[in-house]
Amino acid sequence: MDRAARIARALVVPAIFLAAWEGISRAAWVSPIILPAPSQVLVRWLAYARPYRPWDPATERWLAWALSGELLGDAATSLMRVGVGFFIGAGLALPAGLLMGAKPRLYELFNPMVQLFRPIPPIAFIPLAILWFGLGNPPAFFLISLGAFFPVLMNTIAGVRNVDQLYLRAARNLGAGDWTLFRRVMIPAAMPYILAGIRIGIGVAFIVVIVAEMIAVNAGLGYRILEAREYFWSDKVIAGMISIGFAGLGIDVLMSRLNAWLLRWHRGVEG
Amino acid sequence: MTAIRIAGVRKVFRQGAEEIVALDGIDLEIARGELVCLLGPSGCGKSTLLNAIAGFAPPTSGSVVADGRPVTAPGPDRAMVFQEYALFPWMTVERNVAFGLEMKGERREVVRERVEALLRKLHLHDFRDRFPKDLSGGMRQRVAIARVLAIDSPTLLMDEPFGALDALTRRNLQDELLRIWAELKRTIVFVTHGIEESIYLADRVVVMTYRPGTVKRIVPITLPRPRDPSSVEFNGLKRVIEGLVMEEQARHVEAEARRGTAG
Repeated sequence: MDRAARIARALVVPAIFLAAWEGISRAAWVSPIILPAPSQVLVRWLAYARPYRPWDPATERWLAWALSGELLGDAATSLMRVGVGFFIGAGLALPAGLLMGAKPRLYELFNPMVQLFRPIPPIAFIPLAILWFGLGNPPAFFLISLGAFFPVLMNTIAGVRNVDQLYLRAARNLGAGDWTLFRRVMIPAAMPYILAGIRIGIGVAFIVVIVAEMIAVNAGLGYRILEAREYFWSDKVIAGMISIGFAGLGIDVLMSRLNAWLLRWHRGVEG
Repeated sequence: MTAIRIAGVRKVFRQGAEEIVALDGIDLEIARGELVCLLGPSGCGKSTLLNAIAGFAPPTSGSVVADGRPVTAPGPDRAMVFQEYALFPWMTVERNVAFGLEMKGERREVVRERVEALLRKLHLHDFRDRFPKDLSGGMRQRVAIARVLAIDSPTLLMDEPFGALDALTRRNLQDELLRIWAELKRTIVFVTHGIEESIYLADRVVVMTYRPGTVKRIVPITLPRPRDPSSVEFNGLKRVIEGLVMEEQARHVEAEARRGTAG
């Protein structure tokens, strides 16, 4: 009952919003190219998601057919780019951040350059990315990994530098050497920061992938939005945007589950 | 047999332009198996002295020798129990207790057996899979004690370990500590500002002076255990020690007031 009431309350504002939007479009106050009705967007979204051709049991399996729609292909392409770019970026940032956090000398050497590069939006690297990596996936991977790199780096450094001295003293007192201290005390103690950085990094990777797909590729959610714009298919532009929203929400929910499990020992983390 | 020999220890902290002499001319010998309390008001350097024994902060001059070896770094032969527990929050109770044994490179079966026995001894058995955040303060301190007992350290250093606990839990843990001490005969150096706690626990109470920290007087406590805090003898000792501590507390208050008017 309580749960039903909560869900109902959560749906009130979206329902009013959609109804108002539908009403405005139906009343033809604005051109459907400027603002297509939500019902029209939904129809377009279903068409976008549906396979192109009828199912032929002789030539393909049902599952392969069901997944052959344009939307799923685009989503898979975009997520693959986010995945590869993020793993490159975070994979470099994590060890770099651990080292910079643990070794003040390294921090002093590298921090000025990090501070200079960090505020440059990855998007500003687009011209260079194309010059260096050409067209297609490589420049996208480069831009996404750049976007994911700095949040993970900064948070990992902060996490390691903020490890409570008390834990280090206790571990030394119990006989831990440098390496054990690093591996079994500093890294887990820094984990809340590191995971927060990873979450931000994935968010940035998601922004960058859409922008990167607007240059020099021919698939992906970002590409599809731009393509739809060329034909004045506003309904498909919005359908693509909503798909991005759902994909981002899905990833964030998964990340927050993973967070809650990894940090189940941590105070102030909701289960 | 001397467990810890402290000779001519002096410790100076620099605070901006000011030099603070935290410890000066400390000479103290602690016998093996002895339970010694360091007692004094805050600012008397009792924790500083304990940290010097632990090897966390070496003295400016003078020497600390533990079991015949000069102290240069922290080590598992002088295991520390902290007031803030210092349990690793990302490890379960069981992993926390096992940590020191794993550092020693003990075989897995040995670790499991010893941890098992300690968890039983300290009534932690039902909590082995909990994380520290899910335990009460008293429970956490039990885990911290189990963790240092696991590594068989000949000397235990305890820095106001029961200071954050309520009175009943504190008495429980004091009794538990005495029971363990009687059984295992470890040397214990116990820092406290609780006068009654020091008389209840110690073989000798070392009363320290306020800044610079020196040994004001060493009061031997010969009352048989278990000690009764309501007994005449106990209260006689309490009156004597309270007098000594309050003299230093008065100097502490005076110094604070001076600093207040100067600043």
